[in-house]
Amino acid sequence: MKHYNKLVRPYLIWSILIILVPIIMIVLYSVTTGGNALVNISFTLKNFTKIGEPIYLEVIKKSLILGLISVSICLVVGYILAYFITRFDDSVQDLLILLVTIPMWINTLLRTYAWISLLSDNGLINKFLSLFGLNAQTFMYTDFAVIIGLVSDILPFMVIPIHTSIRKIDPSLIEAAQDLGADKFHTFTKVTLKMSIPGVINGVMMTFLLSISTFVIPKLLGGGQYMLVGNLIENQFISVGNWNFGSALSIILTIIILIGLRLMKRFDKEEKEEAE
Amino acid sequence: MNDALIELKNLSKNFEDQQVLKGIDLTIHRNEFLTLLGPSGCGKTTTLRIIAGFEEPSGGEVLFDGIDISKVPSHKREVNTVFQKYALFPFLNVYDNVAFGLKIKKMDETVIDHKVKSMLELIGLPDFAKRDVTSLSGGQQQRVAIARALVNEPKVLLLDEPLGALDAKLRKDMQIELKKIQREVGITFIFVTHDQEEALSMSDTVVVMNEGIIQQVGTPEDIYNEPENRFVASFIGESNIIEAVMKRDLLVSFDGQDFECVDKGFKNNEDVEVVIRPEDIDIVKPENAKLTGTVKSIVFRGVHHEIVVETEFRDYLIHTTDYFEPGLSVGLTFGPDDIHVMYRMDWESESRGGAGR
Repeated sequence: MKHYNKLVRPYLIWSILIILVPIIMIVLYSVTTGGNALVNISFTLKNFTKIGEPIYLEVIKKSLILGLISVSICLVVGYILAYFITRFDDSVQDLLILLVTIPMWINTLLRTYAWISLLSDNGLINKFLSLFGLNAQTFMYTDFAVIIGLVSDILPFMVIPIHTSIRKIDPSLIEAAQDLGADKFHTFTKVTLKMSIPGVINGVMMTFLLSISTFVIPKLLGGGQYMLVGNLIENQFISVGNWNFGSALSIILTIIILIGLRLMKRFDKEEKEEAE
Repeated sequence: MNDALIELKNLSKNFEDQQVLKGIDLTIHRNEFLTLLGPSGCGKTTTLRIIAGFEEPSGGEVLFDGIDISKVPSHKREVNTVFQKYALFPFLNVYDNVAFGLKIKKMDETVIDHKVKSMLELIGLPDFAKRDVTSLSGGQQQRVAIARALVNEPKVLLLDEPLGALDAKLRKDMQIELKKIQREVGITFIFVTHDQEEALSMSDTVVVMNEGIIQQVGTPEDIYNEPENRFVASFIGESNIIEAVMKRDLLVSFDGQDFECVDKGFKNNEDVEVVIRPEDIDIVKPENAKLTGTVKSIVFRGVHHEIVVETEFRDYLIHTTDYFEPGLSVGLTFGPDDIHVMYRMDWESESRGGAGR
């Protein structure tokens, strides 16, 4: 067994290089000034206090609200989709899940451009509406466009864990509920829903994580004015060149996500304790 | 027995192009402990699932108190099921599992409380109400599953191989327990198993099934002592099955000899099969015997020895408490009532199996 341990080493080196080192760099940037010039650094907490300015707090608040809205829509749409997929035979289910995941194979940028061609003022949807004599609507650069783009982007991450957890339910549990007098509705609310909660929690965690850190979708579908935390960080690094502030924002975002995960875990635990 | 509760009439079931049930006719009485016994794939579980309402029959009728219920959904039937792997709800504790059916029926909380507690008393787990079901042993989960079904006061309790997952000792205890519970609650139990010993020790009536056909219906004693065909004889206990010819009433011929027997009603010179149970054959001195042979092997089985005696025509299996040296020349003897004559089984047309009823 022992000589196999050596096989872990390349992986360890890679992990240190591509995960640990960047994190240390980010932390270092966030508490220093002087940007890239590592020669004359001085430590400061100014980057973090800057986040307390109303303009930035507003951006974080907006990101959180948008994330919660997208996750909520995703949960409702994703659950219904996942549930109906489980109604089919196994082979059809595999095909449907494949269809759900296909968009993930395509670059986010391309997918978002596809939404632009659908939603723009003379896009497909407006052309379709004009066939019925309806006035053209403005979709682009609205909350609606960002949310629909975001939801379509993160939906597979909601559908897959929920589908897996529903599919895993022992069919005799469903039969047991019917046997004990539960009609279809009660069988769903009292058994299927309860048994799928772990999948829901996983789905919510993943989609929240993705939606709060996104920057491509709000940039393209929300227009330049649409500022979320992800865009703010991107700007700091790419346009403004303030890596120190960008790093501080990244750390705050990470902390928000960790708190979110923590809360969901708590919720999961309470579910379990309640069952005991 | 008293009046009929469930009647299955010419029940059939196809799964895709496979015919699982081929015309089942069966009457199940009130307060009866009835066992459906057969090898896997014989249709016993399918029959149970049709009664429970989880499967719809492809043909035939299920009469419950005289009314056809084959289209009634399972949640509206007055039957409850104990599932093979218990199927307890893992997110509910013992109390809430048992209370599930009553809560669905929106019964008064105090009534539910009373019923659940007395049911936990009945199954011998009164202090387990708040326990997590996943923390229970197999036997305890089994009891909770029984309580969860019985608390609804069904007219029939269906049990789908409920003891299959338990170890041998626990299984024996649960057999006695189940029989006791059935007497206490006084309802019909329909029990599915492939274990002949389980079927014989608990049932009022045993229904032996094979390949979607009922082979024999009778009391455990009938099934064991008077098997109607080779399948029943070989499935229930061990036996010597011998092809024979029925010379006339009370006289059967095999192994080159005529033997007196107690069976009649066959045609003269009809081909039949004879079953002789291993414990009904006595080993005696060759000069007093009906058949002679030599001891081929002897195996100690605890209560008895299992001896194979090789004769001119065939090997006989014998159970006896005595010991005989292999190679010893011995004689075999049996009385007229130890010979059970059966219809020759026609494996070509399987429907023949049920014809003996």
